[in-house]
Amino acid sequence: MTGITGLLDRRRAIPQKYIPVLVTAGLFVAMFVAGGIRYENFATGQIILNVFIDNAFLLVVAVGMTFVILTGGIDLSVGSVVALATMLSASLLKDGWPAYAVMVLVLVIGAVLGLAMGAIIHYFEIQPFIVTLAGMFLARGLCYTISTESIPIDNPTFTDIAQSRINLGGDLSVSPSAVIAVVVVLIAAYALHYTRLGRNVYATGGSEQSALLMGLPVARTKIAVYTISGFCSALGGLLFAFYSLSGYGLSAVGMELDAIAAVVIGGTLLTGGSGFLFGTVLGVLVLGLIQTIISFEGTLSSWWTKIFIGLLLFVFILLQRVFSGGSRRRSP
Amino acid sequence: MAAPAPILRMSGIGKQFPGVKALDGVDFRLLPGEVHALMGENGAGKSTLIKVLTGVYDIDAGEIELEGRRVAFSSPLAAQQAGISTVYQEVNLCANLSVAENIFIGREPRRFGRIQWKAMRRRAEEILARLDLDLDVSAPLSSYSLAIQQMVAIARAVDIDAKVLILDEPTSSLDAGEVAQLFRVMRRLKEQGIAILFVSHFLDQIYEISDRMTVLRNGTLVGEYLTSELSQVELIGKMIGRELADLEKLEERPPASEGAPLIEAEKLGRTGAIQPFTLTIREGEVVGLAGLLGSGRTEIARLLFGADHAGTGSLKIGGEPVNLRTPRSAVSRKLAFCSENRRAEGLIPDLTVRENLVLALQASRGWTRPIPRRRQDELVDKYIAALNIRPANPDQLIKNLSGGNQQKVLLARWLILEPRLLILDEPTRGIDVGAKAEIQRLVAELSDGGMAVLFISAELEEVLRLSHRVGVLRDRRLVAELDNDEGLTTDTLTETIASGARS
Repeated sequence: MTGITGLLDRRRAIPQKYIPVLVTAGLFVAMFVAGGIRYENFATGQIILNVFIDNAFLLVVAVGMTFVILTGGIDLSVGSVVALATMLSASLLKDGWPAYAVMVLVLVIGAVLGLAMGAIIHYFEIQPFIVTLAGMFLARGLCYTISTESIPIDNPTFTDIAQSRINLGGDLSVSPSAVIAVVVVLIAAYALHYTRLGRNVYATGGSEQSALLMGLPVARTKIAVYTISGFCSALGGLLFAFYSLSGYGLSAVGMELDAIAAVVIGGTLLTGGSGFLFGTVLGVLVLGLIQTIISFEGTLSSWWTKIFIGLLLFVFILLQRVFSGGSRRRSP
Repeated sequence: MAAPAPILRMSGIGKQFPGVKALDGVDFRLLPGEVHALMGENGAGKSTLIKVLTGVYDIDAGEIELEGRRVAFSSPLAAQQAGISTVYQEVNLCANLSVAENIFIGREPRRFGRIQWKAMRRRAEEILARLDLDLDVSAPLSSYSLAIQQMVAIARAVDIDAKVLILDEPTSSLDAGEVAQLFRVMRRLKEQGIAILFVSHFLDQIYEISDRMTVLRNGTLVGEYLTSELSQVELIGKMIGRELADLEKLEERPPASEGAPLIEAEKLGRTGAIQPFTLTIREGEVVGLAGLLGSGRTEIARLLFGADHAGTGSLKIGGEPVNLRTPRSAVSRKLAFCSENRRAEGLIPDLTVRENLVLALQASRGWTRPIPRRRQDELVDKYIAALNIRPANPDQLIKNLSGGNQQKVLLARWLILEPRLLILDEPTRGIDVGAKAEIQRLVAELSDGGMAVLFISAELEEVLRLSHRVGVLRDRRLVAELDNDEGLTTDTLTETIASGARS
């Protein structure tokens, strides 16, 4: 019986699954403290709130991306869907559609696009990479059929949302978009942790074959995550429309990569099955804080943002390798 | 004593795959409260029968009755809901989830759609306690050994209110203590009236636990027997359709210690994997490695093959000091490694037998120098005949072959390279007696021809039969190196493993 009893005395410390998130949290705190020491007027609550305000759309898109990556997939279409959502909103509003009807329609179109891609990925067993790449070209192309020019938005509902600020007491305030993003994060976190759909997402990412043999609805789960991602992209597009008050076919180019970077920096494994939504929030915050620090620095060009994100990604991917490498050959 | 009505009855089952008739008119029944062994060689149709029963495959002919009602399952889920649960040889759970979740996922206790984590953990602990397991149910499954994972899989299967539990080779990666624990669990389930369908290649285990057995051969039914009324020799005769005697015979192993040393490992070690060890393998010698699961057997093989980097010590191949940084450099020095995990690390299921066979040879030549088709055919025909690979069709896809035949293809792939050292890690695990004897005989022939072999197996009899010398491992340390003479028996080996003493 040495085999069984011997295997039971394992060391209990911080569970390994929390370590990547803790590393990201530590990084965020370190950046905030360093910024506070280096610049005046940096270490205030409003700085963090501004990061939320300026990145609300990215946060929502990254939430959808987290679902997809947790199943071991990838969604490259999100940036284009964001652009398509801004274009659709702007052109429909110009044609005199009511604001709320536009919002609902845009969200439905985003979800249906995601649903279609998910169905193709699952039923035709095609790599998510290539299917969503096709979706990316399709959505971007559709933008230009609407217009090749930027369309301004002057609908009063949209401008109201864009300009209003919610006071949090003190000197602190946030935009409605940031509040929407936080609500999306909370709903998504609840769904991932406390609903069957969420647990099936983790199971599918852990081992699709096993999930199938355990009798889990793998097809429904995979299609659902791409639908969620499509919906989140469309919602992100609406928030982006509030933020920029225009629709333009070239907006949000490369946002899919920012979203993937945020998810990975947040500690979610690209192979699926491991990660937390809270990590993604931290990932977006880290990306936003880098931008803030570079704007405080003043002399650095904005391209330094990309350089820092690139370096961070390298570090975090190596970190993932170290953790997953440690558990890869556990079983004899 | 009147037999109770069967809970499951399959009659006239037929299943056809492209080019292979996997099942042909097979009848099978299962009584409540019995352990029923399904016996047969690789490729006899055991796996297919199980997959047909659990809805992985459709049936082409015949019918299935569960509790007197005709059923046809469209998926494993449908079978599960009807009360037929399966635990496969490879643990089909999600190692990234916690133990409790693996037992309950898909059926989590919920209130208003919200998963009740506390209730789930408590119930998981109760279920595991009934199986005499004391685990931390919130720890990820990956932190436990394969054996424990298997028990968790059974816990899950049983909790789904199972009437029929199918155990497909659950013991192939367990050590003796773990097997005993599994059997305790099985007996307890049997008392509760659950019918257990048990597949294993270990005859002793079959005879210890099963009440009744059904024998298949080449996709057809041979017969159903009470275990107490069929001797092991008779059973093997029925499985392979001929007498075992001609398979069993292995000539007396000639001594081989006068060959020149081929591999000389001096204090080779790797932190966390294997303590420094010193081992010499001579040309024409078979060195066996014995030890419990996880004692470091595979780790030695990986170090010698360059799959892991050695932290300490030195390695000489043919008297020349080398530093193996990758398996590629090991292959170029004519080392070959047949891994224990043939599915994940060896074969490419969607390629044909021919393509899998020439893969390693092609890789070693470089892709710019393709092997002529005529040479390919020659090689493939030669090895299909030499290893008796069935079906003998070089254009069959590997995934359509049975486990034993896949293993032979993997072996043949390395043999084409004509290695000087062949490392075999559990080459006979999960394959039947006939194929096992064939592989054993092949190993003996190869070493007679001057090849050095490092033979790793959990079965001590097998190690003893084949090896000239046996290295004994315990707790990731090479504790003894014993010459295989008359004095060495499985008992002395077991003792050495247990005590860890150098005798």
